[in-house]
Amino acid sequence: MTFVSRGFRGRRRDRDAGGRLPPGQYVTRGFPVLSAGPTPHTPPAEWTFSITGEVDEPRRWTWDEFHALPMETVTRDIHCVTKWSKFDTVWKGVSVDVLLDGIDTAAEYVMAFSDGGYTTNLPLEDVTGGKAWVAFDFDDQPLEPQHGGPARLLVPHLYFWKSAKWVRGLRLMAEDAPGFWETYGYHMYGDPWREQRYSGD
Amino acid sequence: MARAAVQRRLTWRLAEVAAVIAETPRVRSLVLAVPDWPGHLAGQHVDVRLTAEDGYQAQRSYSISSAPDDEGRLTLTVERLEDGEVSPYLTDELRAGDELELRGPIGGYFVWQASGTDPILLVGGGSGVCPLMAMLRHRAARSSTVPARLLYSARDLGDVIYRPELDRLAAAGDGAEVTLTLTRARPPGWTGYGRRVDAEMLAEVAWPPERRPLTFVCGPTPFVELVAGSLVALGHDPGRIKTERFGPTGG
Repeated sequence: MTFVSRGFRGRRRDRDAGGRLPPGQYVTRGFPVLSAGPTPHTPPAEWTFSITGEVDEPRRWTWDEFHALPMETVTRDIHCVTKWSKFDTVWKGVSVDVLLDGIDTAAEYVMAFSDGGYTTNLPLEDVTGGKAWVAFDFDDQPLEPQHGGPARLLVPHLYFWKSAKWVRGLRLMAEDAPGFWETYGYHMYGDPWREQRYSGD
Repeated sequence: MARAAVQRRLTWRLAEVAAVIAETPRVRSLVLAVPDWPGHLAGQHVDVRLTAEDGYQAQRSYSISSAPDDEGRLTLTVERLEDGEVSPYLTDELRAGDELELRGPIGGYFVWQASGTDPILLVGGGSGVCPLMAMLRHRAARSSTVPARLLYSARDLGDVIYRPELDRLAAAGDGAEVTLTLTRARPPGWTGYGRRVDAEMLAEVAWPPERRPLTFVCGPTPFVELVAGSLVALGHDPGRIKTERFGPTGG
């Protein structure tokens, strides 16, 4: 380390995070909000979730059908590219493994798509094998619209912009393609432990 | 979505503090000389990284408040957060001649370019005015006559960032209008708005939806939620409302 900020000591209250804090992050107890436009408000009666793209038979669930699927409650740390991390967040939702169960596809990537036009791309193997959920409860309460309700993708091992708010489906893709923030220079993969914030990191 | 952004690696750069401007009791603008700055668009931000002697580091994001037209100079406007780790260092400790590590520019959605022709509506809460100021400065630097309205909510007159400059921009007669609302305290004889931004105020200040303005909203989350939600309810196209939010935990 050659450069030192003259007179900076730092607060270091996050030092004893027990190895849970990725580089460049700090711990918050709040739940900051980030999004690029107005918050959509889709009523459950109009909400559906779809699996589309490179698949023989697309799938679609209504709100009620979706809630009849097996659910899990998971506790995970989340990490936002804007530097905050929040520990032990509790979510209830449906594992993406359930949604893709039995699907025959050659796809290796997915594009999550949302109300309001938001998209984000992920490797298929990062949303399968117990690593991703479509969550609709946070802290035992229905997920608030500003945090992505009625349902958001939850992929806690990647930066949180990959956990698409207001998610309405997954499009299976043979090849990777940038989603919304990825088009604007954010990283295609977004591993917080390798600090992959921006393109080229 | 536009696929316009340039994908380039963002390397850390050492900037030198050329000047520190006291904007309000809690807000400082840092004028930085950045060698080989690649340029930015009005509305973008940078990441700042502080390093202590033992190698401890802290990073935060700050909006660029200067126009893209100031060559080699970059201005960041920083509000001191009492509980913050980085902002008190930037506002209280940093002085001209010091060096500061940063990388950017970051973000390419919440941006305005003077080549635009649609009217713009800028709605800022507190230090949320900073990226909007970059847009107004860019507009003035390019002698753009695109109709522009800024609605800026501050606690009181002393908390209004860039006040003399905003007065000048509004008086220039080139189509820029500035509306202040003071939520906590008003000076004697104040005839402007004196309450939090609400739907009624937006209906009065915003361009009518038929003029298809491009809208930029920046401020704390409840502010942005209210403003963006009200504009949609007034008939504005959600796809033309761009938002940027910051929370109290920004540090």
